[in-house]
This record gives sequence, structure tokens and C-alpha cells, in this order.
Amino acid sequence: MTVLAIDNLSLALPKLADRTYAVEGLSLDIDAGETLCVVGESGSGKSMTAHAVIGLLPSAVKPAGGSIKLAGRELIGLSDGEMRKLRGRDVGMIFQEPMTSLNPVMRISDQILETFESHRMFNAQQRMRRTFELLEEVGLPDPKYIARAFPHELSGGQRQRVMIAVALALEPKLLIADEPTTALDVTTQAQILKLIDELRRKHGTAVLFITHDFGVVAEIADDVAVLQNGLCVESGRAEEVLQKPTHDYTKRLLAAVPSLTPPPPKDLSGEPDALIVRNLHKTYGGRGFFGGGSRKVVAAKDVAFTIKRGETLGLVGESGSGKSTVGRCILRLIEPDDGFIKVGDTEFHGVPVRQLRPLRKRIQMVFQDPYASLNPRRTVGRIIAEGPEAQDVPRADAEKRARELLDLVGLGASSAHRYPHEFSGGQRQRIGIARALALDPDVLVADEPVSALDVSVQAQILDLIQDLQKRLGLAILFVTHDLRVAAQVCDRIAVMQRGEIVELEPTAQLFANPKHPYTRSLLAAVPGAHVKVAAA
Amino acid sequence: MPLLRFIAGRLVKGVIVLIAIATMNFFLIRAAPGDPASVLAGEAGAADEEFLRQLRQQFGLDQPITTQLWIYLTDIITLDLGFSYRQGRPVLDLILERLPATLLLTGAAFIFSLTLGIIFGILAARRAGKWSDSVITTGALFFYATPLFWIALMSQIIFALWLGWLPNTGFRTIGAGYTGLRYALDVGLHLILPATTLGLFFTALYTRMMRASMLEIAGSDFVKTARAKGVPEGRIVRRHIARNAILPVVTLAGLQAGQIVGGAVLTETVFGWPGIGRLMFEALSQRDYQVLLGVFFVSSAMVVLFNLITDVVYRVADPRIEVGR
Repeated sequence: MTVLAIDNLSLALPKLADRTYAVEGLSLDIDAGETLCVVGESGSGKSMTAHAVIGLLPSAVKPAGGSIKLAGRELIGLSDGEMRKLRGRDVGMIFQEPMTSLNPVMRISDQILETFESHRMFNAQQRMRRTFELLEEVGLPDPKYIARAFPHELSGGQRQRVMIAVALALEPKLLIADEPTTALDVTTQAQILKLIDELRRKHGTAVLFITHDFGVVAEIADDVAVLQNGLCVESGRAEEVLQKPTHDYTKRLLAAVPSLTPPPPKDLSGEPDALIVRNLHKTYGGRGFFGGGSRKVVAAKDVAFTIKRGETLGLVGESGSGKSTVGRCILRLIEPDDGFIKVGDTEFHGVPVRQLRPLRKRIQMVFQDPYASLNPRRTVGRIIAEGPEAQDVPRADAEKRARELLDLVGLGASSAHRYPHEFSGGQRQRIGIARALALDPDVLVADEPVSALDVSVQAQILDLIQDLQKRLGLAILFVTHDLRVAAQVCDRIAVMQRGEIVELEPTAQLFANPKHPYTRSLLAAVPGAHVKVAAA
Repeated sequence: MPLLRFIAGRLVKGVIVLIAIATMNFFLIRAAPGDPASVLAGEAGAADEEFLRQLRQQFGLDQPITTQLWIYLTDIITLDLGFSYRQGRPVLDLILERLPATLLLTGAAFIFSLTLGIIFGILAARRAGKWSDSVITTGALFFYATPLFWIALMSQIIFALWLGWLPNTGFRTIGAGYTGLRYALDVGLHLILPATTLGLFFTALYTRMMRASMLEIAGSDFVKTARAKGVPEGRIVRRHIARNAILPVVTLAGLQAGQIVGGAVLTETVFGWPGIGRLMFEALSQRDYQVLLGVFFVSSAMVVLFNLITDVVYRVADPRIEVGR
């Protein structure tokens, strides 16, 4: 039975947008108990499609033709009141950000109860019982405790489970999931995907699943629709699209998904050590006025590794594992509690901050968020030249160097006069890289440099980083949560868990023969790991 | 119980702050030229050295300044705020006598501005961009920018002199001899103009803040979640948007609450309201140092107290805040 039938749907964007339609001529069907994945990069219109179905489009975006039928009932043209009654009862939705999707000042139970109250379902006693049942069903431990808790007391994965409980409270025919696992750690993502899949089977819910990740598609999709700039370029059964893609764009997207098979190792014998870290410790918290014992978090415990010239060491782990802290401690952006850090032949630890300044040029950083890490009020040329100028390079030389670097990262010297907002995410990350290279560092710390980027852009940035490494002989500490990316760019990988490196092996060996149980669980959780995807 | 420990800790800090304030006030007053003895002697008309010396000895002003400070601080701890030689009465009595009138005025202004500010803020945000929003925001801007004394004088002219609806000044109708409910009503009528005048500035502030906060929260993910659940719009505004938007207003309200004792000098003076503010004003012009110090001390104690109350209220309003951390 067809639950959702979208036919020739077009969504009009406001007049000044860069294209006329957010989505144009889109047709989709989902049967009961089936999962349809809508895949695309940012700006493809996949999220707009989802919001159109549940009637929550931004006010500037208007349906401009076509139809959306839910269980045979036309949704386009329904009044606000009718649409509201439908939401929650016939269609449930979960969102990307579990950290912000729940009301911070309402108890979990109240947020679930509200769904029943809004639709005047059941009496008070039944509502409460059903709430506990739901919390149990989505696999939350101790439902009685969770029900009384506030959102901030739960982890991201637990909150997403609550969101699923809310969305499924009234057993809707259709569940819309808008990138529900993008913000989660890989092991949590695997659990949430499994949960959604189980509930779909059990209740025969149709699932409209929005994602940018082909790994996730391989994991859960029955059908796939690939969107590019608002147009559906390819659709069909999941296995067919994944293994025999016909459209060029689909092929390109699939090819850009990093493979879990590492490339052959580089020969690094005879290269000198560029970065030596020993015995690094960092603990957060533990201090409080009036001796109030606040929580201690061990972010780094006896961390030790060495990176050779031209080598990339991956630092892999889930959020809170301490991997970013280690990166920042090495740059001494965060002061480590204890430890030995040697960059080239210079000891970095213990140097007073004032004397550290001239040494800082030897180790530089590329940040995760290309939007937040560039000062929006300064031109790109100034942003890049600022570092050298702080190290007493004459301004004219620094600016000349900035233009050369912009050429080097593939943006062209003429971009020096423009401002960050004129560039896309991928281009901004190139600027971030140019800025880090402006000081001719020996070591580069890259903290999730491609996590915020679309998969095709991600591939380009990774290529750039590797190319620059070859040319400049950089040693790179590559912090990431993405094992696919790590497999492609890292020569060796260190797996971090709760502040400790639990395993450090050459990449091929780590993937072929993981020793530590945590490494094994991480590898098992990579979405689509066991599904064959069309070769690059 | 973390909340009790938090309150205890804050009380200890509060006492330290109060001692520091009392010490600073003490030296601040001494920094003014001329001591009370010379003022008293000047007004008595007889200002020979011998008389001054006697006066100083009588009031302990000839003691070393550290001794004077020590005496002052130990007295304060026993709630002995000194003696006003001008009025011939203990300072604590003077303050306690004036305190109810001030609390009535500032408390009324506080409730008035908080209630109205929140309501107007919600209304303006719900109608953002429409004409009713413009009316509210323009009004808020007007009262935000207009000096208090001007509003005070204008409201007196309009409502008391021209229209004759409300009494002009004072706390009650002198000589009317009202009792019971009639007395309460009389005081209430006298209260309207000063309380409104005093509250308008904060009303404007709350309106603007509530509106901005509402608009910001309205775009939150959890509001979208509520819509996706099919929650009716009115309930979304109440339980999701306004409930969260009120948090920054609580912070600001704490600021206003801190002024509840010392912040009404101007209003009390213009409207002839017999409160702490006027007591302070009079003490200032008469160099009645003991009274001035007493008022300073009581108002700072109130600031410390209301800060603590605000923090506790905030804790209740926002479960994410872990007090004591």
C-alpha cells in the first residue's frame, strides 16, 4: 500500500534566490514498511522536500504545483488547522540536531505527553502508561528516571531516542527523518539506524529518510532518490542505484565516498621525527569555590606518539574521547597538565608563553568549521598575512606570500581582496589551509578539517592536503571521527577512548586486524561497511 | 541538598561583600571636606576651637580613624546603625519607618513593569512587522529614552492638574483620617503616578528584551519539533517560546530588584513620597552622615539579597543551571 505519493512536486523559492525552484518536478512513492532515502548534497532540496510533506516549509517557500498524497489524502492546499491535526498523528518527524530539538526547560515525559494532549488522545492515566512504553520501546534504560529528566541530562544518542519516541507516539503512517544521525557518533549512529529500522518493521511505518551519506543509504534504504539542485537525477531500488548507478552525478557522489580499504603505504623510512609527544596529560574540572567537587573529565592520559616528516597520523575517536584536546594541547592552545612535546628539534613543553610566540610558526592548525574560523570582517589576504606579520615578516612580503599561497591551494591570487562570505565552505577550508601554511610549519594539526563539508568537496580538500604534504614534507596530525576518511589519508591511526590511546597501528593493519575491542566496535559501526558499493 | 549549600555559600560571600561595602562607604564619607562637628558648630553659630574640640570628643571623632571604623563595623553587626543627631533618633528607626513606603512604591513598579513588559514583548513578537508591533516598539523606545523626571512632571501636570484624576503628591490625603479599606484605596490612588513613572523605563526594557528573545526562540529547533508534533499554536507560544524567552528577562529583573530600596530617590522627591530615597536626599543635604551610611548599608544589603533571590529563581526557571558550580 502506498503511504506517501509525491507527484510532480515543485517548490518555488523567493524571487531573489539563486534558482527558481527548491525542488522541481519531483515524484516519489513510499509503501508501508519501506524506507526511501533521499540523498543529495547541501542545497539539493532534500530537506525542503521533507518539510513540504509535513507542512513546515519556511514561509518564503511555496508549493508551486504537483501533489503530495498521504494515504490517498491530498496535503497541498490543506488549511493550517487541518495540517496541524495531521502532524504528529499521521506524520512524525525527527531532526538532525538532538541537542537542540528538545525544549530545554521541559521534562522528557511532558514533551511526550504533549503529543497526546495536542491530539486529545487517551486519558491521563493511559497517556502516562504509553509514555513509559514508548521510552522502553526506543531502548532507553530506566524509563521512570528518563521521564523525569530534563534534556540536558541525557546524551545525544539518548535525546535522539526520545525524539523517535515523540515522533512515533501516535503510530503515524509516515516517519520523516531529516539527517537524524549526522550529529551523532558512529557507534550511536549505528544504534539509532538499527532502532529506526526495527520500529519500521514492527509498526509497518513508511520512512522518508533524508541523508547525505551513502554509507547510511547502504545500511537502511529500500529505495533511493538522488537529488541535485532540486532535480531528481536518479531513483530506484537501493542495491541497483548503489551498484549500477546510471547518472553521472550519482557516480560522482559514490566515487567520492572514501573507501574503507586503505591505499598502499608510503615509504617513510629515513625520514626524521617531526613531532614527538610523550606522557601528555590533561584533566578538566575538579576545582570549585567552597570545595564543591565538580566533575573531573580526563581528556588526555599518558598520550604518546611520534609523527615523521611527511607522515599523517590519524587520531580517531568519538566525541568526548579527548582527540581535539590532544591536538590543542600540542599547539599549547590548551595548557597540558604534564607532558613532553618536541617539534623537530625544539622542545615545546615548559616554554613560557612569551617565549613560545616565535616558536609557534613551526606547528599550525586547520579548524573544523570553515564558517566560524575565518574573521568575516577581514579580507582573505589579510587573514593569511596576519600570521607572518605577527612573526615580524614585512607586510609587503607577507601579502605577496599570501597571494602565492592562494594560488597553491587552488583559489587564485586575485581572491586576496575578497571577504570570507564570498566563498563556499570548501573554498573557505582552502583559505584555512593557506593560513596555516603561511608560516611554513613543519607540523600541521588538522582538527576534523572535512567534517563540515559535502562528500564531493571533502574529496577535493583531502586531495589538496595530501598533495601539499607531498610537496612540503608536512607532518600531519589528522583528528577525525570518520574512519572512512582516516582510512584514505592516514599512514597510521591512533584510536582514542576516554583520553587514552587504546591502539596505534599502521592503517592497513588496524583495518585488517583490529586488536582492541573498542576499535572493533568502531569499525563495525561504520555505516555501509559490509555493503558493496559501486567501485570508484 | 545542593540548593541549600549554594544559598549558604552565597550568604557567606554576601556578608564579606557587605563588610567591604561598609568599609568603603565609611572612607568615602570621610573623604568629603569638613566633619559633622564643623557643620554642627557652623549651624550653632559658635565656632571657636574649644567648642569644636568638645563636639569631636563627644562624638568620638577625635579617635584614630581605624578605631572609628572598627566601632562602626562592630555596631553594624549588631544592627546598630548609629544615631542621627540632627533628627535626634536612631538611624535604624528612621530607616524602618521609611522602608514600607519605599518597598510599596518600588515593589509596585517592579510588578507593573515586569507584567506589562512581558505581555507587550509577547504581543510585539507575535505580530512582528505589523503595525501593532510598530506601536509597541516605538512606545518602548520613547519611554526607554525619556528622562524619568520629565515623565514624572508631565504625568503630574496631565493626570493631577489638568484631568484631576489622581492626587499630585504625597502618600495619603492629609487630614482625611481614612481607615481600613478606604485608607488602602487612598494610598493606592497616590501610588499610581509614582509607581508608573518609576516602572516605565523597565517596562520598556523588558518589552524590548522579551520581543527580541521571543523572536530568537521562535526559530529554535525545539519549536519546530513542537510544530511537528501537532501542538496548537497558542500552546507553542506559551509553553515553548515564551517559557524559554523569559530567561534573559529574569536576569534583567534581578537588576531592577537590586534597586528596589535605593533606586527611587528622584521619583520619591518629585512625588513627595516619604520613603528611603527622600530620607537619603535630605540626609545628603544636611550632611547627616550616620543616616547616609545607614541608607547605603541597607540598600547594599538589599542588592546582595535580591541577587541571591534572582539566582535561585533562575535555577527554578532554567533546569540547566546547576547552582553552586
